[in-house]
Amino acid sequence: MEAATSSPPLPQPPAVHASRFRQIRATDWLFAIAVIAGAGFAWSRYGHSMDGYDIAIFLFHVPLLIALGWAWRPFRPFAAVVAALALAGFWLYQGDLTRADQVFFLKYLLSSQTAISWMSALFFTATGAYWLGFIARASFAERTGNAMTWCAAVMGTAGLFVRWYESYLVGPDIGHIPISNLYEVFVFFSLITALLYLFYERRYNTRKLGIFVMPVISAAVIFLLWYSFTRNAYQIQPLVPALQSYWMKIHVPANFIGYGGFSIAAMVGVAYLLVSRGILAARLPKAEVLEDVMYRAIAIGFAFFTIATILGALWAAEAWGSYWSWDPKETWALIVWINYAVWLHMRLTRNLRGNMLAWWAVVGLFVTTFAFVGVNMFLSGLHSYGSL
Amino acid sequence: MRQSAKRASFLDDLIELLSSMRFAISLLTLLAIASIIGTVIEQNLPPNAYLNQFGQFWEQVFSRLSLYTVYNAGWFVAILAFLVLSTTLCVIRQFTPMLRDIRSFREQAREASLRGFSHRASLAPALPPEEQCAAASAYLKRAGFRFRVNEREGGTLIAAKQGGLGRVGYFLAHGAIVLICLGGLLDGNLPLSMQISLSGKKPVSGNMSIGDIPPSGRLAAGNWSFRGNIYIPEGQAANNAILNVDDGVLLQPLPFRVELKRFNIEYYETGMPKRYASDVVVTDNETGEAFERTLEVNKPFEHRGITLYQAGYDDGGSVLRFTAHGMTSAAHPPFPISGEVGAQIPLGKTGHSIEITGFRPFNVEDVSPPPGSGTNSQPETAMLGSGARAANGKNLRNLGPLYTYRLRDPAGQAREYNNYMQPVQISGHWYQISGVRSTPAGEISWLRIPLDEDNSVNTWFAIHQSFFDPARQAELVKRFTSSTADKDEKASLKTIADHLLGLFAQGGMAPINKFIETSVPKDKHEEAGEAFIQVLQRLIWDAWMMARESAGKAAMEPDETNAPFVRDAFFALTASQRYGAPLYLKLDSFEQRQATILQATRSPGKPLVYLGSLLLTLGVFAMLYIRERRLFVLLKQGEALVAMSSGRKSVGLEEIFARHREGLAAVLGAPHTT
Ligand code: HEM
Repeated sequence: MEAATSSPPLPQPPAVHASRFRQIRATDWLFAIAVIAGAGFAWSRYGHSMDGYDIAIFLFHVPLLIALGWAWRPFRPFAAVVAALALAGFWLYQGDLTRADQVFFLKYLLSSQTAISWMSALFFTATGAYWLGFIARASFAERTGNAMTWCAAVMGTAGLFVRWYESYLVGPDIGHIPISNLYEVFVFFSLITALLYLFYERRYNTRKLGIFVMPVISAAVIFLLWYSFTRNAYQIQPLVPALQSYWMKIHVPANFIGYGGFSIAAMVGVAYLLVSRGILAARLPKAEVLEDVMYRAIAIGFAFFTIATILGALWAAEAWGSYWSWDPKETWALIVWINYAVWLHMRLTRNLRGNMLAWWAVVGLFVTTFAFVGVNMFLSGLHSYGSL
Repeated sequence: MRQSAKRASFLDDLIELLSSMRFAISLLTLLAIASIIGTVIEQNLPPNAYLNQFGQFWEQVFSRLSLYTVYNAGWFVAILAFLVLSTTLCVIRQFTPMLRDIRSFREQAREASLRGFSHRASLAPALPPEEQCAAASAYLKRAGFRFRVNEREGGTLIAAKQGGLGRVGYFLAHGAIVLICLGGLLDGNLPLSMQISLSGKKPVSGNMSIGDIPPSGRLAAGNWSFRGNIYIPEGQAANNAILNVDDGVLLQPLPFRVELKRFNIEYYETGMPKRYASDVVVTDNETGEAFERTLEVNKPFEHRGITLYQAGYDDGGSVLRFTAHGMTSAAHPPFPISGEVGAQIPLGKTGHSIEITGFRPFNVEDVSPPPGSGTNSQPETAMLGSGARAANGKNLRNLGPLYTYRLRDPAGQAREYNNYMQPVQISGHWYQISGVRSTPAGEISWLRIPLDEDNSVNTWFAIHQSFFDPARQAELVKRFTSSTADKDEKASLKTIADHLLGLFAQGGMAPINKFIETSVPKDKHEEAGEAFIQVLQRLIWDAWMMARESAGKAAMEPDETNAPFVRDAFFALTASQRYGAPLYLKLDSFEQRQATILQATRSPGKPLVYLGSLLLTLGVFAMLYIRERRLFVLLKQGEALVAMSSGRKSVGLEEIFARHREGLAAVLGAPHTT
């Protein structure tokens, strides 16, 4: 014990594996209890509509959330507020969709479309705030940007939960997790990327990277809005048989942790290239810090993308009868994956590091983007969701 | 002697190269680029498709490079082979050093080298020397280190380490790559092409019945790697799978027999498919034991190492019974025709023949007014409210059974007909609808036959006959002229009627308008046209009344209520001139029979690939998230030297070192050294 107490508080206590458990405080236990209680409540309310797999996934999330909350303290208020808003939304609906247009708080705050619109607006303002803060050298604006990003993440996540609930109101046979078409996954992408960014922002305590990362999120949101206006993509659609798979529920989120990590890495890569040319070097984190952020982002991205691709193969095996059929979406997933495998190896070589790595990460964003949307736009394939 | 030495050194260099990181990087990059090709050029299309796409020359070049089947191409497999080789060598070469590394604690480390570490500190412990070792060890234990204590002259070295699993991860991940590639190779089409070339199998092309396929077109029953389709109509059974190879097929005998009891499709009310399911009975050839199963998408069934998947569905030869209404000038009472989907029915002496091409009992279609009239999305709805709004402006309705057939004329020209069994209501009136097109991709032009008061097409066909069948035509004209008693007037009416009907029979309104243009002064065109149309409508009216008489129905007075029928009959008559068929088939009844399309695969590589995937995941996480760290505490007279090293340097490391330094300082009772 005394070892922990006597050690002076460091800016960002890095995770030392074994010693982590000695850092657990009363608040940690409180959070854990809260999560378990929340799970119990959710179970009592919605347990009846879960089958074996749902239950497994549900139970898996309890320790996951606790771990997240313990490793990353700001995640706790986030989880709490999201839960509160989502439940409020469910409660306001009272099982009647039409109330979305009648009840004030549903229409202007909590119904999925509205919540996601709030998310979009908040992401834009956050981007603006980070830039303002950078240009005007105003740390207050940067703190605002950080707060806005959190709020956006809250609204978006709550919005997705409400959308999930709405889908069951449309019809018990139609209800499904909202990660099954391009619109939904774009919301999901913005959220994951934002949360990952917020994590690194705290981990490396610098708010300077917001000006690089937030524009990507804003771009995603712009696409999202264009897509929902021109294609009415926001409508909840039932799942075609191929998509009715438990693998999908894990495959897609894993994928987007990957995409999120890669896009962050790319933007940090841009920062790295600037710094290495002495541009804004004084205002931005040191090159080796940026390199490290890039590495962490790509590491987590690569790890989860590996899982995602494997799950995709398992899913394909059940839906199409072969775990790998070189369908364009699959193939591009492989290309992305190889691309970052290469990145990780280049980092281990002596003379391919530095700018080369940064460039590779930046180009990687284009490869990733193509795999993400380009394939659906330009290439035909078996992947049914969100053909444009 | 020297020779062999040279060879040896050359071999070493080769291995050196193959297992070098740069080679791996180049290989992976190459693999990525090669994979792109196959997504840009659509794979496995029929040859002429590529001919149209690229033209003679390039089509040749590309097929030489086998760019139409990139992922089976020799050079692509070669890249993979090199990747496997390189990774294997890489793992082998790293094995011993890494193993040593995992084992050893480096408790022999020299003091000098420790002092060379970038993370090091020298503490001045207040704790009595004999307690120092225990205290430090206790701390290291708590901090999750494994350690060895090495008593040496001039001090004690505690060599501790953490996260050795990271290294193990390396072997897992890279071994997994090899496993996965090998597994993939087994499931690829290499085994098939080997069988084709070795045991002289030859894909059969053209449609012949299963019985007629020669042995050369049949694969061995014991074939251990294949992927094929099984087509089974309801109530029938199959014990062969069909493999599409190049532009022919090979037959794969199965160790069991699959009988399709029933095929079920369920739809959401939007008309989107919700569930495809085949109720099958799988009967083993040897044991004869039978399994009743329901195959669904995402719910396959495995027996004897062969997995059956729900892959698709089709019509299994539904029986359709029609009434054929003649549409030629030769009078012809309606007569019955019936046949299965897929059947060819010759039409007696006319030389025409009918091919029934398709039948769909359930057709949800959007019958809303076309875009532009209120179907544009309002941003407001996208911004606010639930995501559950009804597909805006869409008005989905089940139009009931749709049947399609091809009518081939004696010259071999075929036209395709798409008919709805049930009448369709359009702005308050009911019609029997039939669409025709002369090319498969062409625009469909619709014939809307108005229904009479007892919802039958008979009245319209009677009118049609009076218009085009000479005998009935004369009668019609007679009735038409009977409106007046005056002789000359009768005569002129007759000439007009005859002339008009004659022109109309040559192609509807077109010839009539032509006639007007050629023989009527310009300023009179309008009224002439209207006059003619009035005459035609009078003729239709009379024909209608004739039909009623012959059907034993009471005559009617021309008024608003029955004007629409005359109008529709008129449009239908004009359209019928473009219909281009001697008869119209009206579907009276049907017995639907569906067929399921299953996929049967035997993939021996699957276990390897799945195992590899598991190892890969574990390995990657281990490599990326378990960091190997070594902490050395050298306890000497009045000094404790703390030094730390890590497998890979990262930014957090200095902080971690500081934490341990302070921790050790605390337990050794040394003053803080910040
Ligand atoms: C698709 C193929 C491959 C994948 C997915 C892969 C994946 C990885 C990953 C994730 C790492 C960890 C990087 C890090 O810790 O930052 C790694 C390290 C490494 N890879 Fe690969 N690798 C592949 C192929 C190869 C090949 C062909 C070689 C042979 C030259 C190789 C040699 C190495 C080496 C030497 C390391 C460093 C291990 C260490 O020092 O801990 N890899 N690989």
